[in-house]
Amino acid sequence: MENLIDFFSFSDPNVRYVTLGIIFIMACAAMVGTFTFLTKKSLLGDAIAHAVLPGICLGFMLSGTKNPLVLIPAAFAFGWLSLICINFITYRSRIKEDTAIGLVLSVFFAVGIFLLTIIQKNGNANQSGLDHFLFGKAAALVMEDIIAFSIVALLLMLLTLFLFKEFTLISFDKDFALSSGIPVRTLEILQTGMIVLTVVIGIQAVGVVLMAAVLITPAAVARYWTDNIKTMLAIALITGVFSGIAGAYLSYSAPNMPTGPWIVIFISTLALLSFFLSPKKGIINKILKQKRYKRQIQDENVLKTLYQLGEKTNQFFLSQQEANISDKRFFAKNILSNSLHRLMRNGFVSKQKNAWQLTDAGKLRGQRLVKIHRLWELYLTTYANIAPDHVHEDADTIEHFLTPELEAALEQQLNFPEKDPHQTIIPYQ
Amino acid sequence: MATDFWIILTASLVSTCCAILGCYLILRRMAMIGDAISHAVLPGIVLAFLFTGSRDSVTMLIGAGAVGIFTTFLIEFFNKQAKLQADAAIGVTFTWLFAIGVVLISVFAEQVDLDQDCVLYGELAYVPLDTIQVFSFTNEIPKASVVMLVILISILLVIRLFGKQLLITSFDPAYASSIGIATTIWHYVLMSMVSATTVASFEAVGAILVVALLIVPAATAYLLTDDFSLMMKLSIAIGVLASVSGYYLAYWLDGSIAAAIAIVCGIFFSLALIFSPTQGLFKKSKKMVMH
Amino acid sequence: MANTNLNIPALEIHDLTVAFDRKPVLWNIDLTLPQGKLVGIIGPNGAGKSTLIKSVMGLLPLSSGYIKLFDQDLETVRNKVSYVPQRNSVDWDFPVSVLDVVLMGRYAGLGLFKSIRPADKEMAMDCLRKVGMENFANRQISQLSGGQQQRTFLARSLAQQADVYFMDEPFAGVDAATEKTIIQLLQNMTQQGKTIIVVHHDLHAVTSYFDWLIMLNTRLVAHGATAEIFNRENLQHTYGGKLTLLSDVGELFKREELPNREK
Repeated sequence: MENLIDFFSFSDPNVRYVTLGIIFIMACAAMVGTFTFLTKKSLLGDAIAHAVLPGICLGFMLSGTKNPLVLIPAAFAFGWLSLICINFITYRSRIKEDTAIGLVLSVFFAVGIFLLTIIQKNGNANQSGLDHFLFGKAAALVMEDIIAFSIVALLLMLLTLFLFKEFTLISFDKDFALSSGIPVRTLEILQTGMIVLTVVIGIQAVGVVLMAAVLITPAAVARYWTDNIKTMLAIALITGVFSGIAGAYLSYSAPNMPTGPWIVIFISTLALLSFFLSPKKGIINKILKQKRYKRQIQDENVLKTLYQLGEKTNQFFLSQQEANISDKRFFAKNILSNSLHRLMRNGFVSKQKNAWQLTDAGKLRGQRLVKIHRLWELYLTTYANIAPDHVHEDADTIEHFLTPELEAALEQQLNFPEKDPHQTIIPYQ
Repeated sequence: MATDFWIILTASLVSTCCAILGCYLILRRMAMIGDAISHAVLPGIVLAFLFTGSRDSVTMLIGAGAVGIFTTFLIEFFNKQAKLQADAAIGVTFTWLFAIGVVLISVFAEQVDLDQDCVLYGELAYVPLDTIQVFSFTNEIPKASVVMLVILISILLVIRLFGKQLLITSFDPAYASSIGIATTIWHYVLMSMVSATTVASFEAVGAILVVALLIVPAATAYLLTDDFSLMMKLSIAIGVLASVSGYYLAYWLDGSIAAAIAIVCGIFFSLALIFSPTQGLFKKSKKMVMH
Repeated sequence: MANTNLNIPALEIHDLTVAFDRKPVLWNIDLTLPQGKLVGIIGPNGAGKSTLIKSVMGLLPLSSGYIKLFDQDLETVRNKVSYVPQRNSVDWDFPVSVLDVVLMGRYAGLGLFKSIRPADKEMAMDCLRKVGMENFANRQISQLSGGQQQRTFLARSLAQQADVYFMDEPFAGVDAATEKTIIQLLQNMTQQGKTIIVVHHDLHAVTSYFDWLIMLNTRLVAHGATAEIFNRENLQHTYGGKLTLLSDVGELFKREELPNREK
């Protein structure tokens, strides 16, 4: 608890710088990453992240310092080079893109590791900290790093905002963008440059291995909560920044904990929650929706049966025993009773002693189901050439879900017929 | 001298296993799934370590292998059920599992004798230190060599018996199902072999460099031949050659052996890309000849 | 080789509905095909032509209905049924030879552990001869033209020695000579009592190629002898756009993720 207050008071200047640095990095990665995600380049982001390692090691070996002004350009050069290699391999040979990505990623990374082990064995005093690039250790950032990263991050964020319209268009419909005279090629190169630069500054926080998550997972989270690209950008930003702060706090209170993996665990947890809980696309909602449909079908089938019992005698409001209903159409005992009680709560049936009768609303709803069922059967036999004995099952499903607009269209097209293909009267209200 | 021998032998066994499986991976366009598995087995390795308190290879193989298969399942689940686009499903899944693995190592740093760097690039040089006596009449043999040999024999056995099924489900899965071959089963058979290989070679070459051994020799061979069985043999040859020369490169420059092997693989690939008689840059473009 | 009882229908489809993303692409299809016919499936893009034969081959889950081949389930008569996928469904850079591909047609006949026997190779060569590809047996498939690729697929299918063949667009992107060779071969096969069902992507030569037709546009418009059903009215129904209400309801199912059947 004391930790928490210490951390969020930002009284320690070191905490202030580190947290600020992480916020900038995460915000920038989330914004650039949204377009990486939308253009389906997630794995390219991963490749770039691994491929900058040799740049960093070479930069260090040649200059002998960890000065960001040296390391950033060196890392950038190698990130860019890896993309050129991937493109070259994909276009000039029969190697497929995924193989090319994996190949360049692992070979570049191997070069980086090889250089790193050489540096370590040569025992250069300055090298301590170079391996932070592997898993990220934001706490090890010094002031000049933070300043450099913040400037780069701000620049990238502003660029994203200024070119928002164009980026949206080229990630959605490249051909249209080309035909409307937008310099697609230039913008794509710019976008790629932005991804590389984001990776270069981001690996300080999370390391090369997990950088892909910082780029794309916030965008994946956002995609589950909105269909609007602006909102998506905002949600990605919040997700990224929140996870960044949480990770920074964790490694502040437990200095042995690696910052990067914790940030990634926070983002990934949010992603998993989104996959399951999102109101529109979430897995749980999908299951619930199917349950609701199943219940609706059960209830309406009971209503329909009550209506059909009434049709026989032309008296719709007679009381019916549960056994009577089951005789007309089989329902499992508890399912029938559950459905009837639900229908009663909603005012479609009422209960007297041990028998059930339709209310006015119930009769209307039952009648509509029967009407749609018979109209749809007629539609299928008339327009779709389907044999009269094969239309029942289909109509049994459609009757529950036809919207009022489609219902009207159906009536219009068939011109309010009197009888269905089985010569049964179609009831209209 | 004996040390050199055991290191080179183990590296060759690892690269042979990887070279074989890599041929199937790249032809099925699953190179990045292989990459994902190799990262994602980390939490499995750490957990197996925690529960058994040892580096006992069998438990670790089973535990981490299960996580590897779970990864493929999870990627498919996110892709199909949550409708997450394929590239992001891979990216999200493996980073998540890998992050959990690294955190587990930090949390249980005292109980788990693994270090973070080893995760990334393994340590082939330590292989000869951990030995086992297999038969009473033999000398002590490095444990890693024994494990890799067992894995290699299993892989060869599977391919000898079921090569037909693996080949046809790679080339034309729809046709394979139409003649009654269950594509899903062979998918998971392949994924199990990749998981087992990744886990077994983990201590030797690390999680990421094993990807290089899976992809690069197979891709190089793919540039050199149009014949599947020759492609596999070439792939193995390239892997073994890279293991031997990589060892001496590392010895000469005093760097990581596993990384050096991967670099040599990369060099072989570049050479094939430029000089391949049928696919190389000095050959007239195939597309131009055809049209 | 053909089925002993020629009166059993080669294919019977009963009340078949197949949905992608819950949107029905085939709607209540009912049809029966006699043996020994060369059958064309025609219809506009997105009419569900390929879906129909994929459903028959058990490659897609059915929302409703059942399919019988020679009055049996697919599993029991799989060795009598052969499938030719669309040519562009595979990677032609795959490192195998023409003979390797044709030998795949023998895999079903071999057991799980068995390897290729010399007799299988002879039979594969025989099939290659039938499609005029015997000189290409050892050619790598990456070096084939479109027509040669299609002939290779056809030879693989012949190697299965089936009684009924389902072919997905075997004439797409092949040269005129290949098309002629293929159609002659298919006509010979039907004379020997084989049943061949072909997805056909355009209307040219329909009357001279096929003696039986399935006209499809999400729903079955007509099926029967070509001479009887290939007329202006049926073509109008097949190609004259979709039934608005049917496709609206289909969209509704997809949008609201509705269950395709009550149960």
